[in-house]
Amino acid sequence: MPTEAPEAPQAPEERPRGTLTSGRGRLADPIFKWVVAGCGTLVLIILALMVIRTTAEAWPVFAKEGFFGFLFGEEWTSGDSRTEITGTYGAWPFIYGTLITAAIAIVIALPLSIMVAVYLTHMAPTRLAKPLSYTVELLAAVPSVIFGLWGLHWFLPNVMRPFFEWLEGLLGWFFLFEGPVLGVGYLPAGIVLAIMILPIMTAIVREVIVVQPLDQQMASYALGSTRWEVITKVVLPSSFSGIVAAAMLGMGRALGETIAVLMLIGGSQSWGASLFGTGSSMASHIAATFGEANPETRTALMAIGVALFLVTMVINILARVIVWRLGQTKGDAAV
Amino acid sequence: MSAPTTDRPASAPAPLSQLPPGSGLRRFKNRSATVVLTGAMVLAMVPLFLIIFEVLNRGIGVVNLGFFTETEPPPRRDGGGYAAGFIGTLYIMALAILMSIPFGIATAVYVVEYGPNRLTASIRFFTDVMTGIPSIFVGLFVYGLLVIGWGGLGFGTFVGAVAIGVMMLPIVTRSAEEMLRLVPDEMRNASYGLGARKWQTIMRTVLPAAAPGLTTGSMLAIARGIGETAPLMLTAFGSGLIVTAFQGEPQGSVPLQLYRGAAQPFEAGIDRAWGAALCLFALVLVFTVAARWIGSRASIGK
Repeated sequence: MPTEAPEAPQAPEERPRGTLTSGRGRLADPIFKWVVAGCGTLVLIILALMVIRTTAEAWPVFAKEGFFGFLFGEEWTSGDSRTEITGTYGAWPFIYGTLITAAIAIVIALPLSIMVAVYLTHMAPTRLAKPLSYTVELLAAVPSVIFGLWGLHWFLPNVMRPFFEWLEGLLGWFFLFEGPVLGVGYLPAGIVLAIMILPIMTAIVREVIVVQPLDQQMASYALGSTRWEVITKVVLPSSFSGIVAAAMLGMGRALGETIAVLMLIGGSQSWGASLFGTGSSMASHIAATFGEANPETRTALMAIGVALFLVTMVINILARVIVWRLGQTKGDAAV
Repeated sequence: MSAPTTDRPASAPAPLSQLPPGSGLRRFKNRSATVVLTGAMVLAMVPLFLIIFEVLNRGIGVVNLGFFTETEPPPRRDGGGYAAGFIGTLYIMALAILMSIPFGIATAVYVVEYGPNRLTASIRFFTDVMTGIPSIFVGLFVYGLLVIGWGGLGFGTFVGAVAIGVMMLPIVTRSAEEMLRLVPDEMRNASYGLGARKWQTIMRTVLPAAAPGLTTGSMLAIARGIGETAPLMLTAFGSGLIVTAFQGEPQGSVPLQLYRGAAQPFEAGIDRAWGAALCLFALVLVFTVAARWIGSRASIGK
């Protein structure tokens, strides 16, 4: 059983044409096996390197601030030293921005994805179901920088801003919707995130709904249930864990999304309860400040990356375990 | 008043769902649920069409031949194009494809042809997990590993390609794995029966049989890779000039340049960003649709 494989790059070229019993031909088989096994372990090596390398790089910051001090500290001041950590690094404003935008995205995208998945599996006319689901999948293919461009230069001024102003007038007394409406901020970033994670969540929910056993649904129809009753009382309750997994995978995507959030969240280093306020997410703060940062600050940004990685990994692994227990996923739900 | 519903769940045999529903309230609930869900479906599709419309609308006037052959002037000035970005994207993608697709397919070969065992199970699991890694973290990792780490390669084309390759790898692996599983065992057995060794069976029977599917998966991965921006910010770093260096000089790419153009306040630069968005979208769309087309035309084992 190979657990670690040396690289043997010369293998597949030796083709023993017509001499299948020669020693060289016999050797090709194990060599081929070791080569592909080596490629396979590459994934594990890359992941291990990721964890080790970035954590090692970020370690001085964790060592100075303490892990929880880093996560919950509210002050972010860069130092300018080449050898030690002199600034104060508290990532809470960015963690808050990440959590609040991801939460907005989930609140919007989860119900919508369940409804779309139910529609596609149980209501869409047979001829329309396929083109409709292709359309939703196509949304997943749009690069995130185009979402950002469109969100910032079209969707925000033409749709979201008027809507926010109306919302502020209506619910401005409530702390979540306190003005002023600046345009960019948590809410627009969250709304665009919701659009972006909708396809993957729909794909997974649909995958789960499709594999629900038909006999229970048929029995329910036979007892005189309406379609709505079958959906809400038979299909959805047994799909619950799959829906949780979809929400978590969508959450993982939303937490790590960079460019679209960067363009819409406003990029300030403060944080506040109002959804109209500006801030930064962890990913957007890294992307925004990395280019001009000095080496010390880059170390601190690396630490934000490690924290982000930990959170998304935990969410992803939990979600994958749930999905795996439901059975193997196929096609787009797998990507 | 209303006839029993004649439409039925797509997967259900007909007669069972045609039973007339009971009370008026239940019927009303059913009807309104249908309306609401149809509305949700429409709502989910609206953004895609809005994006396509707006990208076409704003981008079509910008894209001309010069857009592909000229480099970008300062954001205030009109004209010019994204030649630097296109060359950078082409360069980075070519390297990333060379890195990720052979390794991805080889991994899938190992998992399908030599599994299942403990190693293949963990490879599968971690490949799945890897699809969920934030793209910015991949950028940080390659920065930490190659740009400042071992060798201190600095920013450049190659490290950018490594980052994109790491993003593409799990997508290639995952789809190749599914395609290899679709190759019927009869073909393998026939090959063994003719006296072929395992590696010959894989190279000359299994992989050619799965080729269309492998192409589909690879093209989807390429479509994903082309649009990646965040990892490149920390690795290729971006450049407005045409860069041909393999490594050591910051390299540009279309999404990076698009982002920089969109984030500054001058109208001319933003217009060019829309033009770039149109090109990028068209590229991604061509790859995605062609991939699906190849995949649906030549699906094996079905």
